[in-house]
Amino acid sequence: MRALTTRMKVWWAVVTVLVLLWALVPVVSIIATSFKLPSQLGLGTFWPKTWTTANYEQIFVGSAKELFLPALRNSIGISLIATLVAVVLATLAAYAIARLDFRGKKLILTTALGVSIFPVISIVTPLFNLWRNIGLYDTWIGLIIPYLSLTLPISIWTLAAFFRQIPWELEQAAQVDGATSWQAFRKAIVPLAAPGVFTTALIAFFIAWNDFVYGISLTSTSAARPVPAALAFFTGASQFEEPTGAISAAAVVVTVPVVILVLLFQRQIVSGLTQGAVKG
Amino acid sequence: MTTSVPPGAGADARTEDAPPTSGEGRRGARARLSDRARDEARLGWWLAGPAFVVMIAVTIYPILQALYDSLFSYRLTAPGDKAFNGGRNYVVVLSDPVFWQALGVTAVITLITVVVELVLGFFLALVMHRALKALRGVLRTAILVPYGIITVVSAFAWFYAFDINSGFVNHWLDWVPGIDPDLNWFAHQGTSLFVIMASEIWKTTPFISLLLLAGLSQVPGELEEAAEVDGATWRQRLQRVVLPNMKAAIMVAVLFRALDAFRIFDNVFIMTNGANGTTVLSLLAYRTSIGRLEIGLGSAISVLLFLCVIGICFAAIKLFKVDLASARGEG
Repeated sequence: MRALTTRMKVWWAVVTVLVLLWALVPVVSIIATSFKLPSQLGLGTFWPKTWTTANYEQIFVGSAKELFLPALRNSIGISLIATLVAVVLATLAAYAIARLDFRGKKLILTTALGVSIFPVISIVTPLFNLWRNIGLYDTWIGLIIPYLSLTLPISIWTLAAFFRQIPWELEQAAQVDGATSWQAFRKAIVPLAAPGVFTTALIAFFIAWNDFVYGISLTSTSAARPVPAALAFFTGASQFEEPTGAISAAAVVVTVPVVILVLLFQRQIVSGLTQGAVKG
Repeated sequence: MTTSVPPGAGADARTEDAPPTSGEGRRGARARLSDRARDEARLGWWLAGPAFVVMIAVTIYPILQALYDSLFSYRLTAPGDKAFNGGRNYVVVLSDPVFWQALGVTAVITLITVVVELVLGFFLALVMHRALKALRGVLRTAILVPYGIITVVSAFAWFYAFDINSGFVNHWLDWVPGIDPDLNWFAHQGTSLFVIMASEIWKTTPFISLLLLAGLSQVPGELEEAAEVDGATWRQRLQRVVLPNMKAAIMVAVLFRALDAFRIFDNVFIMTNGANGTTVLSLLAYRTSIGRLEIGLGSAISVLLFLCVIGICFAAIKLFKVDLASARGEG
C-alpha cells in the first residue's frame, strides 16, 4: 500500500465519520428516546434531559407487560422453529444440489429464487381466509408455515453455495484411510459444513425476526402476535399520552441482541449473504 | 431471468431444467441412464423433495387460491353471499382511482429508493473496497448495523426523529429553508414519502452495498492496473473496466431491491398508515382483505400485485438480457 498523503488521510477520516454517522444516528436516536421521560418527549432534543428507565419498567413489569412479554416469547419461539425447520430442509436439499447429479436441480433453485421474490401480501389474503377456516389463525403454527416461505429459499441458496465449496474428496480420502463412511462424514465433512449451516441459520432467523406482514395479518391476540406487530398495538399510559417511550424501549430490547449477533458474526454473514448472490 | 418466475407460471422455467447429461432428447438420455445415475436422482429428490414441496405449498397454492377467490363476490361479513362474478372485481379495482394512486406511489417509491440505494450502495462499496484494512473493518461493522435492525424499528426510529411532537430533526435543521419547528412532516404527501423512503433506504442500502462489494472484488485487479498504466483516468477506469465487469452483480442487486421495494409495507404502515396519499399497493391489499374483509376484491389486488412483480422481472430480463441464474453462480 502506498503511503497516504495528508490530504488522503483527511479525506478518509471525513468519509469514515460520515458513514458512521449515517449508519448509527437513527439507532442511537431511538435508544436515546427510550431513556426519555414521557413529559420531556416534546423538548426536541436528541439526548434525554433526564435519563430514566421508566420506559423499560413499563414494558417488563408495568402496564405494557401483557402486551410485550408474550410478544417477545412468540417472536423468539416462532422465529426459532421456522429457522430450524428451514435449515434442516435446506441442508438436505443443498447437500443434494451440491453433491448429486440429478434432473430438477435447477428447478429447485429456480423455485427458491421465485419464492424469495414472491410478494408476501399476495399470499396473506388466501392464508388469512384458510387459517380462519381450519383454526390456524392466531396460532404459532399459523405463522411458522408462512415464515417458511421467507426462510427456506434463502437457506437453500446460501447453503448450496457453501456446500459447493466443501472439498468432498476429503470424505473418500478418510474412507481410504480406514474410516467408516459415517466416521468419514462426521469427522471430515461436518466440521467443514457446520459454519455454513450456522451462518445460514443466523440469516434465516433475522428474516423471520424481521417479519411484519404475516405477523400483523395472521394474528389477533397475544397468543401468537410477534413483537414487530405488537409494537403497532402499544398505547400510552393514558389516552392523552403517546406510547413513544414504551415503543422505543421495546424496539431497543428486540434490536440490540440482534445487532450484537450481526456484529459478532459479521464475516460469516457477509460471505453468506453475498456468496449465493454473485459467484460467477 | 426466467429464474424468478415460479415454475407453474412460466414455460421458460421448465426449459431451464435441462438434463445434466447431454443436449440430446430427454427420452434418449433417460433410457441410457445407468442404475447408479437413477439411484442418485432418486436420492436427490428424496433429499431435496421436502424443501421443494414446502416451497410450492406455501406460495403456489395460496396464489392459485387468490386467483380463484378473486373471481367471486366474496366478503367475510356476509360469507353466505359468495357468488361467481367473473372479472367484476378486476373491473372494480382497475376503475378505482385509489388503485392507480397506490400503484403510482409504489412505483415512485421503488424507482427513487432503488436509484438512491444503487448510488449510495456503490459509493459505500467503493469506500470499503479501497479503505485500509483497519478502516475497512470499522466501516463494515457500521454498515451492518442498519442491516440488523428490524424494519418496523427503523420505521419508528425515523418516525420519532421527524415527528412534530417528539422529533429533533426540526430543531436540528431549522436553518434549512422550509424547515421550522412547526413543520409537520407527516401531514403532507411529499414530506411523508421523503421520510418513508429515507427509512427504507437506510435499512436496505447495506445489503445492496455488500452485493456490490462482492462484485467489486471480482473485478480482476490486473485489468485495472493495466488501464492505469495505460494512462486511463479514475473515471475512465470506472466506466470502462470496473462497471462492465460487475454488471451481473449490479443487475442482481437492482432487481432484488426493486422487487423488495415494490412490496414496501412496514414503513408506510407504521409512519402514516396510508394517510395523505401515501397508500402503497401492499397496504391497499391489506386494508381491503384483512381490514374490510373483502376477500374477493383483496384477492384481485393481490393477483394484480403479483402480476406487477412478474412484469418487473420480465422487463428486467428483456431490458438487461442478464440470465440471473448464471449470474448467481448456477449452471
